[in-house]
Amino acid sequence: MWIDQARIDALYKTLSERIVILDGAMGTMIQDYQLEEEDYRGKRFADWKSPLKGNNDLLVLTQPEIIREIHQKYYVAGADIIETNTFNATSIAMADYHMEDLCREINLEAAKIAKEVAKSYEAQTGQIKWVAGVLGPTNRTASLSPDVNDPGFRNIDFDQLVTAYQEATKALIEGGSDIILIETIFDTLNAKAAAFAVESVFDELGYKLPVMISGTITDASGRTLSGQTTEAFYNALRHVNPLSFGLNCALGPDQLRQYVANLSDVCEGYVSVHPNAGLPNEFGEYDLGPEEMAAEIHEWAESGFLNIVGGCCGTTPAHIQAMKNAVEAFPKREKPKLPVKMRLSGLEAMSVES
Amino acid sequence: MQQVASFINVGERTNVTGSAKFKRLILEDRYEEALDVARDQVENGAQIIDINMDEAMLDSQAAMVRFLNLIAAEPEIARVPIMIDSSKWDVVFAGLKCIQGKAIVNSISLKEGERQFIEHATTLRKFGAACVVMAFDEQGQADTCARKFEICERSYKILTEQVQFPPEDIIFDPNIFAVATGIDEHNNYAVDFIEATRLIKQHLPHAKVSGGVSNISFSFRGNNPVREAMHSVFLFHAIKAGMDMGIVNAGQLTVYDDIPSELKERVEDVILNRREDSTERLLEIANDYKGDGVKAKAIDLTWRTLPVRERLSHALVHGITEYIVEDTEEARLSSDRPLEVIEGPLMDGMNVVGDLFGEGKMFLPQVVKSARVMKKAVAYLEPYIEDEKEEGSSNGKILLATVKGDVHDIGKNIVGVVLQCNNYEIIDLGVMVPCEEILKVAKEEQVDVIGLSGLITPSLDEMVHVAKELKRNNFDIPVLIGGATTSKAHTAIKIAPHYEEPIVYVSNASRAVPVASQLLNAKQKETLFEQVKRDYARVIEQHERKHQHVSYLSLEAARRNEPKIDWAGYTPPKPKKLGIHIWENIDLNIVRNFIDWTPFFMTWQLAGKYPRILSDEVVGEQATQLYEDANRLIDQVIQEKRFCAKAVFGLFPANRVQDDIEIYQEDGSLLTTLCNLRQQTDFKGRGPNYCLADFIASKESNVSDYIGSFAVTAGFEAEEWANACEAAQDDYQSILIKSVADRFAEGLAEYLHQQVRKEYWGYAPEEDLDNDALIRERYQGIRPAPGYPACPEHTEKGKLWSLLSVEENIGMQITESYAMRPAASVSGWYFSHPQSKYFAVGKIGEEQVKEYAQRKNMPLSEIERWLSPNLNYDPENSEKPMKEKN
Repeated sequence: MWIDQARIDALYKTLSERIVILDGAMGTMIQDYQLEEEDYRGKRFADWKSPLKGNNDLLVLTQPEIIREIHQKYYVAGADIIETNTFNATSIAMADYHMEDLCREINLEAAKIAKEVAKSYEAQTGQIKWVAGVLGPTNRTASLSPDVNDPGFRNIDFDQLVTAYQEATKALIEGGSDIILIETIFDTLNAKAAAFAVESVFDELGYKLPVMISGTITDASGRTLSGQTTEAFYNALRHVNPLSFGLNCALGPDQLRQYVANLSDVCEGYVSVHPNAGLPNEFGEYDLGPEEMAAEIHEWAESGFLNIVGGCCGTTPAHIQAMKNAVEAFPKREKPKLPVKMRLSGLEAMSVES
Repeated sequence: MQQVASFINVGERTNVTGSAKFKRLILEDRYEEALDVARDQVENGAQIIDINMDEAMLDSQAAMVRFLNLIAAEPEIARVPIMIDSSKWDVVFAGLKCIQGKAIVNSISLKEGERQFIEHATTLRKFGAACVVMAFDEQGQADTCARKFEICERSYKILTEQVQFPPEDIIFDPNIFAVATGIDEHNNYAVDFIEATRLIKQHLPHAKVSGGVSNISFSFRGNNPVREAMHSVFLFHAIKAGMDMGIVNAGQLTVYDDIPSELKERVEDVILNRREDSTERLLEIANDYKGDGVKAKAIDLTWRTLPVRERLSHALVHGITEYIVEDTEEARLSSDRPLEVIEGPLMDGMNVVGDLFGEGKMFLPQVVKSARVMKKAVAYLEPYIEDEKEEGSSNGKILLATVKGDVHDIGKNIVGVVLQCNNYEIIDLGVMVPCEEILKVAKEEQVDVIGLSGLITPSLDEMVHVAKELKRNNFDIPVLIGGATTSKAHTAIKIAPHYEEPIVYVSNASRAVPVASQLLNAKQKETLFEQVKRDYARVIEQHERKHQHVSYLSLEAARRNEPKIDWAGYTPPKPKKLGIHIWENIDLNIVRNFIDWTPFFMTWQLAGKYPRILSDEVVGEQATQLYEDANRLIDQVIQEKRFCAKAVFGLFPANRVQDDIEIYQEDGSLLTTLCNLRQQTDFKGRGPNYCLADFIASKESNVSDYIGSFAVTAGFEAEEWANACEAAQDDYQSILIKSVADRFAEGLAEYLHQQVRKEYWGYAPEEDLDNDALIRERYQGIRPAPGYPACPEHTEKGKLWSLLSVEENIGMQITESYAMRPAASVSGWYFSHPQSKYFAVGKIGEEQVKEYAQRKNMPLSEIERWLSPNLNYDPENSEKPMKEKN
């Protein structure tokens, strides 16, 4: 039994009182350490058959101190929830590094590290801090064909995704995650498989953790990579009954605003957002500074869109701190009273009134 | 983007059980076109699309997955939610794993008890799918309001209390049944549905109600105005009671307020069951609203005031023969030469017809009627032209022939008519034309194109033979290939490689015209040839890719994987009347009721399922007219006893010996041995490898079992009559007669099978199925025909012929290719076992073919020729020593 019901109760209580702060980017922070191939390898993987530079998730095994330090910085900056460093830690994404067999260990260690930081911070300050175990989207899509000549072809299917996500989910829970966060969803079918896996792990364990779901609007079309509108995406995953629905990554806050507003209108639960610090410039860097970004977030809080807010690519503890300051004065978003409807979707939403 | 609709239309056409067209496209692997069906539905306003792949001949799960994956790549289709419609749980499950949106599953019910219901609902909840729940429980399907509500309420409680299923995701289908059937117990069915709907909406919060609307008017098949009125009235009341969605053909609904008041009142009486005589009263006036719903249509003759040129064009476009002679005469008198009438106004008129047909604004039956008008005009002019010895100019000369051994010519005749309409000179050699004659006439007449047609599978081989002979004799005439069994793949792989000139597969009559015109233009011919070559290369590649995925079991392994049939717990029914029976002077009035009309419309290239096709937005008007013409013809046939239908059938003791079936006299002596083939495709545990012998008890079991066989025809007089009409320049009537005779033969086969089940064999005396249920093969037992997928090898038909002395008894013959004469005939075997089913033998291996040749005591090369569409190897490149073929 790895569940701590008191922490979960405290999370629900906090969400009922104020806007909760999520952490910022992990990758951006790791970049600052300017790690080289041998840093990624450490002693244990010195002789690994493929290059490992860029395998950020592996750092929980080879450079745990760095990861610990980054988590610590986000808590200090004011984050209530930090995300485990497991964005690519599924057997599907790890195949690039031939590290499918290490997934369980990486997820377990990542959760343990995050939880230790949370606990030690709590001990120092008396404030509860939560850990969200991250399930990333993998690098394959179950709804799209990678072969332009054969639109019916798939290089991954639902069952393979479920298997991979079950392994990761179990290890994240065992390592002490308080929440499961399915994020950066660009293909809703991948996320449905993740949710299916998470539910079946809950069934196996006999208890549930809160689940957060966060999708990605990939471009100005306002759709996910697999073609869904925000509301269609919401309808497709509404059955999971998650703690929160949100949007993250891809766009900066200015382009993302209309979709956040849209989600805030249709979502029966809490709403989370963690945008990028703008769009990447020609050097692949994110230009939006903490104050600029916080100004946008300030307006969202003022408009009543937010329950949970944080940052994605390009954001740093400074951004998180600025955001926290920017939203502090505003009440959290109230859940709207929506009529009960059968909410169906294809690429677009379609509801049938009762 | 948000769409909140008050009444939701669910598109119904992507359903293999409901749409013959869709079924054909899927069975033939034409997924691109199947996607068009889905796209059309969405464009025409379907807000959800129902997808059903439940078809015995299909790997339903694979088809569902493939279709859903392809839909995902089509944003115009994928934008709407999907309803996965299957009674097979594997298919539902596999489908849900392909859909990113929130889907509906159709359906679950308490039919198999609570445990399975809960299990299914729990899985659906995990996938986040909404579901349709049928008002069906362990006792059966609910028909009264009380039962409907009782089952729905019980289902609702289980779903919401035990499964935690969201109530808003529950859609009840409280069963819409036909009213006004003449059976008093049915009179309240609409009220029962409407009242159950009201109770569901009042007492089961957030639940939805849906249903298949067209069932309600089933007894008025053929009268669309009344059916549409019934649908509108029914929906008007059902929606008021709370019905949320329905499987409806949106184009088929009339506006409630537009229904004439007399009709509305009487329909309302029926729907609401307001009077005891409502059915009679609706029947009284129903015929007045037939056709376009306007009583006694006045004939508009204003076109008669137009100039003669335009009158000719009008007559051609509208297929009116009444005035054609006088108009042609008038045109002749005002022309310098009679030929000018043909080349001028008549050809101009036919060009209009050709253009309209090409644009899809006219349909085949109309074009054939236009041709009738044209022929009549030309026949009138011919004596004058001969007097002047003028030479007509045509676009080109085309030879058409149904190849040796085959007698089917409806399709070929249609192509001939369409080409003639486009000013091609047609030399039609008829049916069963030997290769030598085709070559001889082609040379003598210096034809520009040769068109080969065939319907039965041996004709495919004959076409290959013709292609080889053309090459050997140094011909350079391009070839068209068409007919029901031909395909682009077969043409590309088997025929085209044998000839250096273009051999073009023509999928339907309308394609024949542009292809012919390109073939006759030197420059365009090159372009077309290049296109065809590229197209064939692609087809060959696809074919190879497809077959790489298929693996085959050894014959022994396939036999090990035969279906499990529990013979120990089963006693085969003994026929009440063993031996051979002959029916003559069959009452066609009865047979008429057994006609399946859908294939009739397919013959005429009108796509759609009967009776819906009659009110189809696009082809409905034409379909209705054709249907009326066909029924008038049937009236005439029956009144004047124009056709005489005959049948011979027999029921015999039989036992299985491995894959063979021994048929005995009543005293036990052997009459004949049927040789059957077994599927060898590796289904990878998804199902057994069938062989027809599996459905008969084995000899060593000492269980007495039986088999039946039959041959029926409605074609004797039909052929003569049709030929006479053709000679009288009336192709429309000729094709109509032949296609009606075909339907009579099929209808007779259906009727006879029913009588065999109920009386002669007598294993289903209580069976009570309507024609629709018969068409859907809802009965016990099968009647596979030699030459069709379950028993593809044609020579077995010879055994049927001698077993029943078919020729001696009723005069039907078989050709050297085992085609039946007359063409409007059906024959086959009867199997009674409840697990017997239709299947396709598919591709088989050399090992089985060799063994089969031994069992039949026929040379391997000959068997390979008969089985060539079924071989999974190329006998010409096989490693075995080649025997010389004759």
